[in-house]
Amino acid sequence: MKNVRTVVLAGAATAVLALSACGQEGSPETAGGGGATSGGTPAAAPTYAVATDVAITGSPTYDKIKAAGTVKIGVKADQPGIGQKDAGSGQYAGFDIEMAKLMAAKLGLAPDKIEYVETVSANREPFLQQGTVDMVIASYTINDKRKQVVDFAGPYYVAGQDLLVRADEEEITGPDSLAGKKVCSVEGSTPATRIRDNYKDADLVTFDAYSKCVEQLTSNAVDAVTTDDAILRGYAAQQPDALKVVGKPFSEEPYGVGLPKGDTALRNALNDAIEGAVTDGDWKKAYDFTLGGSGTDPEPPTVDRY
Amino acid sequence: MQVVVDNLDVFGRGIWGTVTLFFWATLGSLVLGTVLAVFRIAPSAALRAFGTTYVNVFRNTPLTLIIVFCVLCLPTLGITFGVGTATQYRLYAVLALVAYTSTFVCEAVRSGINTVPVGQAEAARAIGLPFTGVLRLVVLPQAFRAVVPPLGSVLNALLKNTSVASAASNFELISGLRNLVEQNGNAVISVLIGITVAYALLAGVLFAGVGLLERASARNGARA
Repeated sequence: MKNVRTVVLAGAATAVLALSACGQEGSPETAGGGGATSGGTPAAAPTYAVATDVAITGSPTYDKIKAAGTVKIGVKADQPGIGQKDAGSGQYAGFDIEMAKLMAAKLGLAPDKIEYVETVSANREPFLQQGTVDMVIASYTINDKRKQVVDFAGPYYVAGQDLLVRADEEEITGPDSLAGKKVCSVEGSTPATRIRDNYKDADLVTFDAYSKCVEQLTSNAVDAVTTDDAILRGYAAQQPDALKVVGKPFSEEPYGVGLPKGDTALRNALNDAIEGAVTDGDWKKAYDFTLGGSGTDPEPPTVDRY
Repeated sequence: MQVVVDNLDVFGRGIWGTVTLFFWATLGSLVLGTVLAVFRIAPSAALRAFGTTYVNVFRNTPLTLIIVFCVLCLPTLGITFGVGTATQYRLYAVLALVAYTSTFVCEAVRSGINTVPVGQAEAARAIGLPFTGVLRLVVLPQAFRAVVPPLGSVLNALLKNTSVASAASNFELISGLRNLVEQNGNAVISVLIGITVAYALLAGVLFAGVGLLERASARNGARA
């Protein structure tokens, strides 16, 4: 009897913890970044044809995925429109998530065979190196230092650093009009570093999450939020009346699918998958469903087979 | 560990940020903590109630929450200091660290006061000292001698708690860690080890200081 009570109490405690964890910062009150189209009416989620005759030889990662029957994909959980975990349902949504479903489909795995693993910027490389995840699709910019330890397929999206401002803002038209303005970004991120190095007249404020920057922007404590346009579009799509993206990207951040180093066979297969998706319209469907309606549509990316 | 050598400037800025936060927060917490301890043993019931309420509220609120409150709510309430943005956020962080740490200082000092024999205070009162005189001349000097080791632990916790300030526009070691990790994806483990060593060094200096203080107060105690 005592044991039963302990189990029930432990269960209740776990439930409370799980519930409170759902209310994490950065979760919007409304479910955004999935079906958030311009009209505000939720569109049906796109589906991708699951390949049946997959033949990838010489890929240890694919062999591992096939043996397990599931694929572990590292994604972000706090970026609306890109990769976000819904507070209520615990479901992930966003452009990265659509890409994850697309990649899984090309590997012959239905969406329910994907195991999402929450990653933050600091653990993406270690997760790939240690085999905690099979691939990472987490607004992961391809660069040379990262290429030393992981491989990249893609890019599947070319983001650019942009500015998010209040809808009635008229003075800020681009990075050159930031002198004396308070600009918020995430400490340690490439966009923050670029502002610190190249736009010294801007008054940089840094937090640990973009959601806090957006909060500061809506409460007039800062004048602009800066990071990749894809992320900013996600926030703008959530509050189209209050926020807008300036729309003049001033850098190129090619987002790639991170893979364990040396798995060329899988990298080639995923590059084919991205090119195929651009050709057959799946890429456009994924974009329209997640980031569409946030402004001008970007060009589909050109895969870089380095 | 090449990455650490290449980025000594980032480590330097990080250590400086951590040390300044720690310094101001220590100063503030020791003062406010002692005042609170005095409140908690004061003859006035109102002061005692205030001290108890304050300690219980701030001790039981996570520091992250206090910092986020300071940074997100104080400006909305119009509480700003009319200084530059960077200084403003540093002040908010110090404010939050002091509000939180002073409760632990208060409890350490109060436990120290409890080690002073009642006869000491009675004797002090008997020669006509008022409450403040009893505290200042007789009780607190003996109490502080007893609380050096627990205060060392409180300050060590404060040193590490400064890391929470990185969430609110304060450049310190954890901010440095974030910068280095983002830009050196090939050497994440080395960066982590480097930052750990930096904290260990700072804690080492802190404990060396506390050790010196402990020996000094023991000597004074023996002489008294």
